[in-house]
Amino acid sequence: MDELGRLDTPLHRLDARTKIITTVAFIVAVMSFPRYEVSALMPLFVFPFVLMASGNIPAGSILRKVAFAAPFALFVGLFNPWFDQHAALTIGSHTISGGWLSFASIMVRFALTVSAALILVACTGIHHLCAGLEQLGVPRLFAVQLLFLYRYLFVIGEEGLRMIRSVQMRSTGSGPLRLRTYGSLTGHLLLRSMDRAQRIYCSMASRGFDGQVRVLRRTALGWRDVIFAGGWIAFFIIVRNWNLADGLGRWLTGCGL
Amino acid sequence: MSKQTIELKNLCFSYPDKTEALRGISFRIGYGESVAIVGGNGAGKSTLLQHLNGYLMPSNGSVLVGDQPITRETIAAVRRSVGVVFQDPDDQLFMPTVFDDVAFGPLNARLPPEEVERRVTAALERVGMLHLRERPPYKLSAGEKRAVAIAAVLATEPDILVMDEPSSNLDPRGRRRLMNLLSGFEQTRIIATHDLEMVVEICQRVIVMDHGTVVAEGRPADVFMDEAKMLRHGLECPHILRHRHPH
Amino acid sequence: MHMADALISPAVGGTMWAVTSGLIFWCAKKVKQAADDRLVPMMGVLGAFIFTAQMINFSIPATGSSGHLGGGLILTALLGPYAAFLVMASVLTVQALFFADGGLLALGCNIFNLGFFPAFVAYPLIYRMIAKDAKSGVRLWSASILAAIVGLQLGAFGVVLETTASGISDLPFGTFVLLMQPIHLAIGVVEGLATAAVVAFVARARPEALVPISGIAPKSLRPVVLGLLVSAVLLGAVVSWFASSQLDGLEWSIKKTTGQEEFQGSDDGIHAGLAKLQEKTAFLPDYGFKKSVEPDERAEPWPAVNAGTSVSGIVGGLITLAVAGLIGYILKAQRTARKKT
Repeated sequence: MDELGRLDTPLHRLDARTKIITTVAFIVAVMSFPRYEVSALMPLFVFPFVLMASGNIPAGSILRKVAFAAPFALFVGLFNPWFDQHAALTIGSHTISGGWLSFASIMVRFALTVSAALILVACTGIHHLCAGLEQLGVPRLFAVQLLFLYRYLFVIGEEGLRMIRSVQMRSTGSGPLRLRTYGSLTGHLLLRSMDRAQRIYCSMASRGFDGQVRVLRRTALGWRDVIFAGGWIAFFIIVRNWNLADGLGRWLTGCGL
Repeated sequence: MSKQTIELKNLCFSYPDKTEALRGISFRIGYGESVAIVGGNGAGKSTLLQHLNGYLMPSNGSVLVGDQPITRETIAAVRRSVGVVFQDPDDQLFMPTVFDDVAFGPLNARLPPEEVERRVTAALERVGMLHLRERPPYKLSAGEKRAVAIAAVLATEPDILVMDEPSSNLDPRGRRRLMNLLSGFEQTRIIATHDLEMVVEICQRVIVMDHGTVVAEGRPADVFMDEAKMLRHGLECPHILRHRHPH
Repeated sequence: MHMADALISPAVGGTMWAVTSGLIFWCAKKVKQAADDRLVPMMGVLGAFIFTAQMINFSIPATGSSGHLGGGLILTALLGPYAAFLVMASVLTVQALFFADGGLLALGCNIFNLGFFPAFVAYPLIYRMIAKDAKSGVRLWSASILAAIVGLQLGAFGVVLETTASGISDLPFGTFVLLMQPIHLAIGVVEGLATAAVVAFVARARPEALVPISGIAPKSLRPVVLGLLVSAVLLGAVVSWFASSQLDGLEWSIKKTTGQEEFQGSDDGIHAGLAKLQEKTAFLPDYGFKKSVEPDERAEPWPAVNAGTSVSGIVGGLITLAVAGLIGYILKAQRTARKKT
């Protein structure tokens, strides 16, 4: 993910603020559709597809992450066909219940919103993302917190992994730890993390840290940003108000014209 | 900027749990000197280093940078002239890109953007890592991380460079590069290390510590040749000296 | 317990975003006032620790399943509620952005459910009250377990309220409550055990670590109670809002499916029946009762649609999807072609 964020494409060169705002607009547009809508949501797939293509983001990595996150939506959504069994749609002799329709809608929304969020990160990178958030009014303390958290995720994660590995190598089987072992292992990791924070503070202080984390800004909004955000938001509004897919389908199947 | 000396006068320090870590240490290091501080584990090296930029305050005695003792009032000025390179580069490289990390110190000094740019570029060039400026630090190799950590300190343009175990975790090539880099500096260098061979090559003076006191001091070749003493303090005579013909 | 975007309506998501944004601003201000520079790296590293700790599992005796640390409680014990809330918020944000764990629109809900309750309710009202200054023994264990249970019960209830208020899932309120609360009772016990085990270890190894840094804990319970009240009112507002917004959405979708001019004539009967039904049920909240108040097929609020429209919808939808994919593909091909030349 991080490597992707450092690619250099026109999409990556856009200001982070532009991409954040457009993505949020996209998610709100998706969520604002009524619950039984499926076909009208389809044109919105243009957004993630175009972004993936123009940002050189491999679709596979995004899809894998989306699939990985699917179970919760699936779990709650699956109750819909159960509770909502009235017929909503008839095709020939087959009827589709409202529940299945809203279930399909949930899954489509899920795919759209989750992929949009992942693409935002992949085409911006955490560094610019946090800078953009701060410029959009998020408290600096929180933006810095996100940066530090992300920075030390790998360091602490690796430390935890090493500790678990050493426990597993000295115990039979590789199942979960016993509570006692767990307590001291996790506690140990906690103390080590706190020591590390102390050392980091020490190194910050020795370079004149005074409570403010300063970064040299090198971005500015350009006309490309305006076109990008404006164009996409206009597209979302059109899709939200006219069911393009249904229109296309009707035109093709020749009914209802 | 004045070229500064550093002087310790009867420095004592005890931790809150009453462990006596330093018991009366005194020495003086002149400008441009390259001095190694060696000693077994727990000899008090790290505690000593933490006094050099005022992270710890002495329980007794004093640390003078230039002619100023380190106090709450002078600490900001001291930190501008004493740069510390920490043992684990991961503790020092906390910003999202190499550039931001090296710029951290200059930005805290409220320098104008052009000056920050200049210093970052100069510091990265000095350590040969300019090509990494946009990379995230955690993706670098151990050698690269160490070099960037040094650049981050160089960018604050200190008179005195303090380093904790600079050659640990480096492969032979990385270590050699580091040694070439360090011997090229004109600043005062204070290096705490277990790498005695490196000390022989790049330091003019060595201070041997044990149990919170200075037990030997002098030219590395002279100090290390006293094998009995070295063994007594948890050290040994480096090979490079043993196999060298006496001059 | 991370909620996904797909189950949240913009109204609910937006409200919870506003609530958590307010909390983040407030907490950031409080932490700033504490003016302890050490907090910046400490909060960041502890966030990374919580992230890692959530991936370390331990076995639950006699069940064959496993559990892990939630994080909210232990963070509050180490950092005080304000900083702990910010850390939880950052952990959830990174999880949403990088790991697709919980959606962006649902982020407000998730931060509130998993951050607010442990930091501002469970820790000060339950944990502190029971544990006092105990660092081991029955007091510590019962305090951790109870606080974790309370925190998670409130969080789970938050999930239920927010989901029901969004009206995207059809799960009736009662059923959802019966599903969520007992599950989270069990999870609460597990989390409490994990928290106590870690606290007990730290208390033995380094007791001074458990004194919140620079002691930024609320001096009195007033802000906590105030916060609770405000959140209760807000939640109430969301729920009542839902009743109206749900109705709007419902009407809108009916218009959408039946309102096409060409069908108006034939569907008049349904329309009239629907209006009558709406009148009848207008005083009832429209969640949870959908099945019971709909007496027969003809009065269904979502009548069967003419097969032509449905087929066209499906055909059109699939083709649009294909076109969207094609646009992406062409763009991609163009880029690679340009790169080669």
